[in-house]
Amino acid sequence: MDNVTTAGHAPVGAHAHGTHAHADHHEQSFVTKWIFSQDHKVIGIQYTITALLFLLFGFGLMALMRYQLAFPMQPIPVIGSLLGAANAPGGIMLPEFYNQLGAMHGTIMVFLGVVPLAVGGFGNYVMPLMIGAPDMAFPKLNMASYWVYFVGGVVMLASFFIPGGAAQSGWTSYPPLSVITATEGQTWWLVGMVFLITSSLLGSMNFIVTIVQLRAKGLGWFRLPFFVWAQFVTSFLLLLAFPPLEAAGVLQLMDKVAGTSFFLPSGLVVGNRALEVSGGGNALLWQHLFWFLAHPEVYVLILPAMGIVAEIIANNTRKPLWGYRVLIYAIIFLGFMSFIVWAHHMFMTGMGTAMAAFFQTTTMIISIPSVVILTALVISLWGGSIRFNTPMLFALGFLPMFGIGGLTGLPLGLNVADIPLHDTYYVIAHFHYVVAPGTIFALFAGVYYWFPKATGRKMNETLGKIHFAGSFVCMNVIFMPMFLLGLAGVSRRLFDAGAAYDFAQPTLHWNVVSSWGAWILAIFQIPFIFNFFWSIWKGEKVGDNPWEATTIEWAAPSPPPHGNFTVAPEAYRGPYEYSVPGAAKDFSPQYEAS
Amino acid sequence: MEIPYTVELRRDTGLNNGKIGIWLFLASEVMLFGALFASYILIRTGAPSWPRGDTILDVPLATFNTIVLIGSSVTMVMAWASLMRRRFGTYRIYMGATILLGFVFLVVKYFEYTHKFHDGLFPSSNNFLAIYFTLTGLHMLHVFGGMVVNAYFWGPGAKLWKTNPAWFTNRVEHSGLFWHFVDLVWIFLFPTLYLL
Repeated sequence: MDNVTTAGHAPVGAHAHGTHAHADHHEQSFVTKWIFSQDHKVIGIQYTITALLFLLFGFGLMALMRYQLAFPMQPIPVIGSLLGAANAPGGIMLPEFYNQLGAMHGTIMVFLGVVPLAVGGFGNYVMPLMIGAPDMAFPKLNMASYWVYFVGGVVMLASFFIPGGAAQSGWTSYPPLSVITATEGQTWWLVGMVFLITSSLLGSMNFIVTIVQLRAKGLGWFRLPFFVWAQFVTSFLLLLAFPPLEAAGVLQLMDKVAGTSFFLPSGLVVGNRALEVSGGGNALLWQHLFWFLAHPEVYVLILPAMGIVAEIIANNTRKPLWGYRVLIYAIIFLGFMSFIVWAHHMFMTGMGTAMAAFFQTTTMIISIPSVVILTALVISLWGGSIRFNTPMLFALGFLPMFGIGGLTGLPLGLNVADIPLHDTYYVIAHFHYVVAPGTIFALFAGVYYWFPKATGRKMNETLGKIHFAGSFVCMNVIFMPMFLLGLAGVSRRLFDAGAAYDFAQPTLHWNVVSSWGAWILAIFQIPFIFNFFWSIWKGEKVGDNPWEATTIEWAAPSPPPHGNFTVAPEAYRGPYEYSVPGAAKDFSPQYEAS
Repeated sequence: MEIPYTVELRRDTGLNNGKIGIWLFLASEVMLFGALFASYILIRTGAPSWPRGDTILDVPLATFNTIVLIGSSVTMVMAWASLMRRRFGTYRIYMGATILLGFVFLVVKYFEYTHKFHDGLFPSSNNFLAIYFTLTGLHMLHVFGGMVVNAYFWGPGAKLWKTNPAWFTNRVEHSGLFWHFVDLVWIFLFPTLYLL
């Protein structure tokens, strides 16, 4: 053993840093093994479980909102009385509370649910295994990343219980509204965001270094699984796009706390009184800074999902991915372009036609690599002997759902078509098709697919198929009607779904359909939750490579021990060598010398 | 289990992990301050009038602080160079000087701030001061953070020198890269806020 020591896992007798010296021994206590763990697999599981809980919580917020939208101003049965008189007197939801639910649903789903699951969970658990690394490059930073995320989540949750409740200016927190709202929820939101941004910064640095430095011998850049490429590009987006939001968050925090006017224009009148601030600020500045993050963030939501789907499709069609290199070029181009499309969220702000024309053009260009990726994944199915297991069903479900979500985005990216559609339910339907039945289906696929690696057991197939079929139908029942609402011109911000407006009357019944879809979707998550916990202890025991896959994570024992591999793996070929003519079996793993 | 390439260089990249990590971190810092400078430009160009920095702020004091911070960058390099020459005693002196100069910077800044507050100039007074306090405040946080890391490597962290001098030298180098970045931010802040 040479004397190169590593953070936290130094050989006994080479305790480099005193405070963590006790973590070096192999018999780890419960606390160092499961709570303050530096093992990427444990951190990945911590991220996964925390993020799944946040997804469930965010879903719960939405289920409440759906009642208000389906049956405006009627008391919510059972749960209504638990919400407190400040939020729902007599069980009838107040508009302020509805706004809190809306703002926090978005924030929690994006920043505490989907991204931590896709990047913190799957990225952490699977990526180092896939590249044949013993761990992440910086295990302590990895641990810090999780705990900073955890604190951010606690701050966000706690904000519901302060006087006046949580933030209520939408997940976008547009000023001046967010700044002039009298309650403190927005301040908590900003503080929580600073924690979440820090967490993602620590994580993304770690991911990039790990992928660059810790690839196994023989694993060149064009032998990396597409999932790793997706995580690589995603990490760059997180690394470079989040800091401007952190800057914006600091500026808005100054506006809230120190009374500055970064986002407050001169002559602002609130409640018939001139606001006592120095003025001279620029509300559009926030939107630019926010969307400079939040558009790359959209790709942070979708790229890891594409990575998961690509792995599962290659595995279950038993043939190589179609256009592997093209996929990689497309995802790099996509990552680059995602930095110069942000203002297509701002066509209606009056920022000027020249700007609009530029961002409309870049938006049309960025749709090309997205279509390339989707097309390559669809063509990959051609001629395959497809195994319709649960992960594959979710991966297949992803393709049309992402397709619908993506294609309905085109009218929003065109300056003129966006004018009638902006801020209507059409937008909600569009991005939920991308994220909910799109990304979240891919994430479910990933849970079913890598569960055997993490536990040594498979999840139950029958329950999985019930989960898939129910979720697939319900997702469409929820979101398809929203396209109609949007085309009819119903604004997404209305707390009564438009009940007060004549023009919206013929559309109101669709909200009932949509809401029932959401509540039944909740019921169809029960098989998943049961399956998840039941399978940890009672699932069918399987070997190290139950899916007969080719990538390196399947070379490790299931579950992999601390340090991952019993012998350092080596890559001898590309990632998707399925059904190689003349080979003895229909898969030729990367890690097996021929 | 060991993480490879914490000290030795990976052949195909020619780098160790920490070096890439710190540069990635600095890239994100560039985006952070870049966004703040961009905000400054947007707010200033949209303002009907904007004071010249030297009519409100104390240029001689800031010039002094600029020299202090550049000096601390020099001592930081000397600290690292001492380690490269395996002179741990000189390292401690130079690293101590770096921390001390950082401290001098903060003290001067403290007097600047309190002087402004005495004159009734607060972040809420106008957007020039709002930008001034936010940018320099955030920069001060970075100076403080750098000092904490440097103090760790001056004191308890220096134990690593005995067991793994090469790794310790790398860590000081990476800490130095951050320190130079903080210095560089100030070199942009000084003309932007005080002179223009």
